[in-house]
Amino acid sequence: MALPDKLKAEFTELISHYPESRAGLIPALHRCQEELGGWVTPEIMEDLADFFGIEPVEVYGVASFYPMFRLTPRGTNVVKVCHNISCDLRGAAAVLQRAKELTGAEVHGTSADGRFTLEVVECQGCCTTAPMIDLNDNFHENLTLDELERLIGGCK
Amino acid sequence: MSGFEKYLTSRMTGEDSHTLAAFKKNGGYATLERALKEMQPAEVIEVVKASGLRGRGGAGFPTGLKWTFMPDPAKDPRSRYLAINADESEPGTCKDRIIMDEDPHGLLEGILLACYAMKCEASYIYVRGEYRHQYDRTAAAIVEARAAGLIGKNILGTGFNCEIHMHKGAGAYICGEETGMMESLEGKRGHPRPKPPFPAGFGLWGQPTTVNNVETIFNVPFIVEKGSKWFRTMGSEASPGNFLVGISGNVNKPGVYEAPLGTNAKVLLEADHFAGGVSEGRQLKAWFTGGSSTGMMPGSTVDVAMDHDSVKAAGTMLGTAAMIMLDDTQCVVRAMQIIARFYDHETCGQCSQCREGCQWLHQIFKRIEEGQGREGDIDLLTSIGNGMAPGKTICALADAAAIPAHQMIKHFRADLEEHIRDGGCKINKTGKCAAGHSHDAPATEKAEAQA
Repeated sequence: MALPDKLKAEFTELISHYPESRAGLIPALHRCQEELGGWVTPEIMEDLADFFGIEPVEVYGVASFYPMFRLTPRGTNVVKVCHNISCDLRGAAAVLQRAKELTGAEVHGTSADGRFTLEVVECQGCCTTAPMIDLNDNFHENLTLDELERLIGGCK
Repeated sequence: MSGFEKYLTSRMTGEDSHTLAAFKKNGGYATLERALKEMQPAEVIEVVKASGLRGRGGAGFPTGLKWTFMPDPAKDPRSRYLAINADESEPGTCKDRIIMDEDPHGLLEGILLACYAMKCEASYIYVRGEYRHQYDRTAAAIVEARAAGLIGKNILGTGFNCEIHMHKGAGAYICGEETGMMESLEGKRGHPRPKPPFPAGFGLWGQPTTVNNVETIFNVPFIVEKGSKWFRTMGSEASPGNFLVGISGNVNKPGVYEAPLGTNAKVLLEADHFAGGVSEGRQLKAWFTGGSSTGMMPGSTVDVAMDHDSVKAAGTMLGTAAMIMLDDTQCVVRAMQIIARFYDHETCGQCSQCREGCQWLHQIFKRIEEGQGREGDIDLLTSIGNGMAPGKTICALADAAAIPAHQMIKHFRADLEEHIRDGGCKINKTGKCAAGHSHDAPATEKAEAQA
């Protein structure tokens, strides 16, 4: 699969921001992950390597370094629970426990029906509005267990 | 204490505070226009230097002095850049996000003034990838400002050219380290570079670069507008101005508050217009002064002025001024284990002292918390910490991981010893934890098996 023209046009504009095109690689990986199925496939890495004029292994080296890039398929919904200190002090352990029950997924696993991938993440910068989850790329802060139940219940 | 002048948060009112219209109504970009038309770049640097502004990203380095490290463009014709560190990821820290959310044009005005002062042709705002809302807000502000002739070529008809670009990170704490951030901005793994050479000589793409934190740059328009003397009426002699304090954990009103540097931490914790006291009237067991890397101090030390020198004299650091408060139902060993896990997760792996040290610290604190601690573990932790820092690695992440371990042993040795002696966490076993403080199941089972 080649990169869609829409993304190619976007990336051509993107690299005009920098004196060296490779600087666009991380933003481009984000866009591919957003637009092309929620994870960075080996084919996407090859296509990006081709676009940026670097080796696929260099793209892999970058993609595998950064926690936000997913190199394996994910469930329909992704639930990330912050388990760092400020969230822990305000009930993150209970949020995580409830999230496991509600999604049927283990930490860093996907539920049997493929609906949910559950992850723990380090500090997301919501320390004064803890605890929090990131559900499908949206923060939900000052989270209660009732609200968590409502959010998970409202997922596809 | 509530009678001090607020300026950082002064425009953060109303639902449209992030728009150009609201910003201009509050006098926004007037300072930029005046500076471009009436001041020489060197004069802008001079006023920032005279103000005594210190970096708000954690290190507290004098901003004006940092700006003078950029080479003279008459002798060094290379491209020059300003990189804004918006990779806010120190646990406990969430102050830069409110600036990008509520007053992004204030940040842009500061960037333009700094670029004018240092004669930079472009600025990149490196935003942590998770801050999607803040990224969108700031990107929208750039579009507005560009359309209004405030970014790009011949700004406000003065002949000054400056580009500002957003750049998204992807979740690595190490990219908050300035050279790791530059590597990441160049599209590489966020591996910090050895210093020297320093960024002013060899920065982004090998060109002269200054890296400043969001809150630091956000202070600049106020200083240029009102002068260095005004700025020095707030804060302390060595740490002038106001700062944004994030207070999280077990307090009644967690939040990001504006206060003059040097405000007593006890006031920030207890006053009704700040955090409003420890949750449910409990006692303060421990606190982090300025993010996780400053380590935990006993609750009894909270009576300290929050400025760089006073906090240092108290044996710790101001850091990002992110105060994390633990009440007396919390277990400090559990808190330490969380911090150790964080650094183990975030070490970039370049230096063996850090890569191995972070892993060992995490494993040992974890086993102590889970009731598997051994005689000699405390000495082992000290020895590992001493092997990691200070100054033994390319960047300061190893220090950031070792300092909390040393602080833990210095101030909470008794808690560690008790865990080792009693085979785990007493708070956990007796079920005295606050709601939600329960340990995960395997730890509980192990602790019970030990009992």
